[in-house]
Amino acid sequence: MIELSEAPLELDALVAAVRTDACGAVVTFLGVVRESSEDARPVAGLSYEAYADMALPEMRAIADEASRTFGGARVAIVHRTGRLALGEASVAVAVAAPHRAVAFDACEFAIDELKRRVPIWKKEHYRDGAAGWRENRAP
Amino acid sequence: MRVRVVPFARLRELVGEGALLRDLPDGTTAGDAWDALAIEFPALVELERSTRLARNGSFVTRLSPLADGDELALLPPYGGG
Repeated sequence: MIELSEAPLELDALVAAVRTDACGAVVTFLGVVRESSEDARPVAGLSYEAYADMALPEMRAIADEASRTFGGARVAIVHRTGRLALGEASVAVAVAAPHRAVAFDACEFAIDELKRRVPIWKKEHYRDGAAGWRENRAP
Repeated sequence: MRVRVVPFARLRELVGEGALLRDLPDGTTAGDAWDALAIEFPALVELERSTRLARNGSFVTRLSPLADGDELALLPPYGGG
């Protein structure tokens, strides 16, 4: 399950997509809209846009790499697009694996690589009415 | 040849549209297309160093030639997650 979604994220759907009877561990990650920016400005919400033609193949590549690197882990990634309010989830990752150590590692790998490699952009909307594009820090 | 230029995020806002059709001479490279757009929209100039170019979904250098019907995406630094 690799998707971009304009609708609110449903973590249960990701978990259902990755879990199998061979997997003793499921690790999930939610990125959530926070009330303040990195420079402490009060945030009212975020908006995300994606270049789907490149983002979806790159998300699939990350899931495949995670699976190869971390012992057959099964990875689902869904990222929101459009306008999000405080507290809404912007990205969800679910990883199922036979044991928890690889599931944690694969989940961290997937979200780190997504932030670095997937063409998605974020605009912060501040409570004072201003807005600005925010870039991920270089690793 | 006709090329569809697709700017994202701050580049899209700066250009004012999500897609632009441009008729360009044969032999135009990705960098030439950027330069032509930067003449139309001078504010692009200072964003050139941070912008990556992709032709039909794959990264290209400025020297990569374009062909009729290509989509040239202009990608500023990412902010997903």
